[in-house]
Amino acid sequence: MTEQIAPPVLRAVRLTKAFGGLVAVKDVDFEVKAGSITSLIGPNGAGKTTLFNVVAGLSDPTEGYVEFLGQKMVASPERGWLEPILWVLPAGLVWLLTYGLGLAGVVTAAIEVLILVGLGLLIATLIVAVIRPAWYTRLLVVLGVFKSARPNDMVQAGIGRTFQNIRLFANMTALENVLVGMHGQLKASPLDAVLRTGKQRREEVASIEEARRLLQYAGLRNRDNELARNLPYGDQRRLEIARALATKPKLLLLDEPTAGMNPSETATMMKLFSRIRTELNLPILLIEHDMRVVMGISDSVTVLDHGEKISEGTPDQVRADARVIEAYLGKGAI
Amino acid sequence: MSPRRSISSAIGNSPVGRGSGRLRAALRPATSSAGRYFGKHQSLSVLVGMAVATAILPLVVLIPPFSGFGGQNDFVDGFASAGVFVLLAVGLNVVVGLAGLLDLGYAAFFAIGAYTYAYGASPFSGLDVPFWPMLLVGAAVAAMAGLLLGAPTLRLRGDYLAIVTLGFGEIVPVVFLNADKYTNGTNGISALYQPALPAIGDFGFINPWPYYITVAAIIAVAMMLLYRLEDSRLGRAWMAVREDELAAASMGINTVTTKLLAFAIGASTSGLAGVFYASKLGLVSPSQFGFTISFTVLAMVVLGGMGNIWGVAIGAFVVYEIQSQGLKQLNNFVASSGIPPIHIGFVNVDLSAVNFLDYQFLLYGLALVGMMLLRPEGLFPSRRRKQELHDVDDAGASNQELVEA
Amino acid sequence: MDAGILTQQAFNALTIGAMYALIALGYTMVYGIIELINFAHGDVFMVGSFVTLWLLSTFGVQGAINDPPRLTIMLIVMFAFTMTVMGLVGVVIERFAYRPLRNAPRLAPLITAIGVSFILQNIIQVTFSNSPVNVPRVIEPQAGATVQLPQFAVANFQVTASPVTFAYSHIFIIVLAVSLMVALQLFVGRTRLGRAMRSTAIDREAAQLMGVDINTTIALTFFIGSALAGAAGVAWALNYGTTKFDIGFQAGLKSFTAAVLGGIGNTTGAALGGFLIAFIEVFSSQLGYSRWSEAIVFSILILVLVFRPTGLLGQRLAERA
Repeated sequence: MTEQIAPPVLRAVRLTKAFGGLVAVKDVDFEVKAGSITSLIGPNGAGKTTLFNVVAGLSDPTEGYVEFLGQKMVASPERGWLEPILWVLPAGLVWLLTYGLGLAGVVTAAIEVLILVGLGLLIATLIVAVIRPAWYTRLLVVLGVFKSARPNDMVQAGIGRTFQNIRLFANMTALENVLVGMHGQLKASPLDAVLRTGKQRREEVASIEEARRLLQYAGLRNRDNELARNLPYGDQRRLEIARALATKPKLLLLDEPTAGMNPSETATMMKLFSRIRTELNLPILLIEHDMRVVMGISDSVTVLDHGEKISEGTPDQVRADARVIEAYLGKGAI
Repeated sequence: MSPRRSISSAIGNSPVGRGSGRLRAALRPATSSAGRYFGKHQSLSVLVGMAVATAILPLVVLIPPFSGFGGQNDFVDGFASAGVFVLLAVGLNVVVGLAGLLDLGYAAFFAIGAYTYAYGASPFSGLDVPFWPMLLVGAAVAAMAGLLLGAPTLRLRGDYLAIVTLGFGEIVPVVFLNADKYTNGTNGISALYQPALPAIGDFGFINPWPYYITVAAIIAVAMMLLYRLEDSRLGRAWMAVREDELAAASMGINTVTTKLLAFAIGASTSGLAGVFYASKLGLVSPSQFGFTISFTVLAMVVLGGMGNIWGVAIGAFVVYEIQSQGLKQLNNFVASSGIPPIHIGFVNVDLSAVNFLDYQFLLYGLALVGMMLLRPEGLFPSRRRKQELHDVDDAGASNQELVEA
Repeated sequence: MDAGILTQQAFNALTIGAMYALIALGYTMVYGIIELINFAHGDVFMVGSFVTLWLLSTFGVQGAINDPPRLTIMLIVMFAFTMTVMGLVGVVIERFAYRPLRNAPRLAPLITAIGVSFILQNIIQVTFSNSPVNVPRVIEPQAGATVQLPQFAVANFQVTASPVTFAYSHIFIIVLAVSLMVALQLFVGRTRLGRAMRSTAIDREAAQLMGVDINTTIALTFFIGSALAGAAGVAWALNYGTTKFDIGFQAGLKSFTAAVLGGIGNTTGAALGGFLIAFIEVFSSQLGYSRWSEAIVFSILILVLVFRPTGLLGQRLAERA
């Protein structure tokens, strides 16, 4: 199978995101091919971050959708009305209010019945929640309580990410940060933890072992038990990447991963990205402000300006594109 | 499963991970620091620690000056009551200290637990369910109430949540007060049945020992389970949510479920405390569960050191003993010591006329403010929080440790 | 049905609502500018009523003052003094309890706020009394304009009307509260300092870069908010003639509900919410459910936060989890 025929890992289809009247991203299509590094670049305010947030599940697109591994990811069903827990307390309070305001009688009877039904559903859900938290979560997703665009669902689907302004768990150790990244892979339920079953213990040992390997892989040695906030800047960036790798992504989203780094640090990071791509065969979607940074390692570059895609292609093609030069340097530069 | 294996094997093949010697070397420190995560001995140390404390405390009060303050049985009775607050504080610690959710209506769950016992074991309802299963029932009912309150409100930002829980804490006693048909209104439900367990003696109002032992056992088990939870995947998720909710969600953590579980587990501990409290006191009435309970427990958690289970437990015990015994003794001491009234200008300070019990909330208030400003990690900080405050030395030390390993 | 009683209750609700609105303004202003729920705010209001009490006893006022010029002077002194003192108390609280924690985790200032609330309550409790204390009502409480509404019948339904008394003290409180609110609106909307406050609320760093002195602006916000709570304290004393060390908790919670109901951060909303909450409270009592009225108010609080966290007039504030 050649690479051209392989289906893309991520496909954004006619994505539009508007905030009120302001259209931040307009009709953008792009895709990330298997095993490739795709970069999304553009000047400040081009809509990169908005697009990124839609892909990462932080916000729902106004129009269009994101397809990941052939599955449509960002559907935004309305909040389900069946979710039992959510409604019992409000119903009870409404009952209290109707009672308090003297509207008792027919209304109250109806609401009492509703509360009883709600309680029944609640107990059933609760039992499921204790025995199989994953089923419970799935149930809530099916019921539409959680929009499928939630970041955690994106992670479960296989999209890992880093943040432009580093968002580590500052008061947790480097190792713990990575372990949090593994959250989705670990299967032990709270009940397992309370009973400290063999399964849970084995899982913990294995995950710590793996977390250490990931830290080393990202270039963090002997930093396991250091609080994330005490790490030097460059190491914090590495830790973010290790943490994102820990989510076992099938696609890695990097949001300006070299921001604030000096040229030599940047070069090291770039090497790490290439290694991730080649050794782990992990496709990367890279958002960058600085065009020069991405040119060296990208297989494909998409250029945004004013929310619209103005160019796409290999780094060389993009570099030669008059519209790109215009967007970056202004009209007179041509 | 398969993607996981593929990546780890890929890493295993990478230059860094290759070679079994290297791997083993990487693994070795895991066993030493893993103590923090697994606490292989933690369960044991909690049980032993609680057993030692339970055995020593009644002996300590036989030594002067404590022996002068009251009989041993009075002290033991006080300790049993303190145990209720220790349980409450340890439970609230999950919500406030670990998950970082400010719950100001914690007494509501305490009330719910207590009333659950009152229904299950009193002439009022006609039921006589034994105490031991009622403990579980009370915890379950309180947990459910926690879920009910949490589900619609946990999506709110932190300070809104504080207000909602405060409101809930106010509603629950009002409901218990006014639903006379079910709760006997202002008078509450009295003559609750006492627990029975012949092995540890006869539960009764004159004999505090069985209650003391019971509450110590409940605390030990609760603490052990909470330690296990803290060191698990869920505990890390709580901390991650506390640190940065968005980043936590972006690591695959379902923040709503995670917070909901913190709420439910905190509530269930409170429910346990409620059941025990009701059985010990023999009656429940709405006035016992006002917001002062919630705030007192919060003060205990903050003083003890948010996030540190042992610290919070000790903090709660100390605060309770200060308020119930310490201030009283201080009154007696000052009154009997004959400190003369001081006149500074037109200000007269007569210490012997001061009732220190009146200043309880002033002390809480000063302690809360002072604590937040000067020592936010609490009196007994968890290792983690301590490290935050003393970055430099500890960072160096831990590096050193690792190098040696 | 009695139109007279309804009108009387509506008028009472207006009076109580005026006080809630004054307190709610402080919550909403402080929240707007530093995103802190100032738990101590209700107690600032409570202390205000005690400051009035202290002032009156210092002046030797025993009861109603019937001489209009003296009454006017006394009222001016009461409000000016209490509002200034409470404003300063607010500034001191901000300086020592909140400012050092401005960049700390959000939990920290919330906890100090609770601590400050404890301290204020306890100080009043020890200095004055554990039980309710009487405050002389300088405006004769019985004095007022009594109006007889017309009685009429709709079909067979007879609408009776008992006489309605518009007590002067109540009228005074309502007029005063409304004028303070208008003054606040003008101050925030029209003056340089008001502009500084608004810009700080929107973006603290940007405001700082534009030359706004953040510390002064925040202190000013606390001064105004606490002064308004002080005014509410005086109004409370005028209206009820009694006060207690723990009135701040309930009143504070209700006013906060009012602020949330109106849309926190929105001063008009706070006023609107205050009146709404007072109407709900008064009319649920009127219908014979006074024992439930607190539960009802807090239920409304929870429901509003769950379904419309932005309140009636607020902007989008709630975060997505």
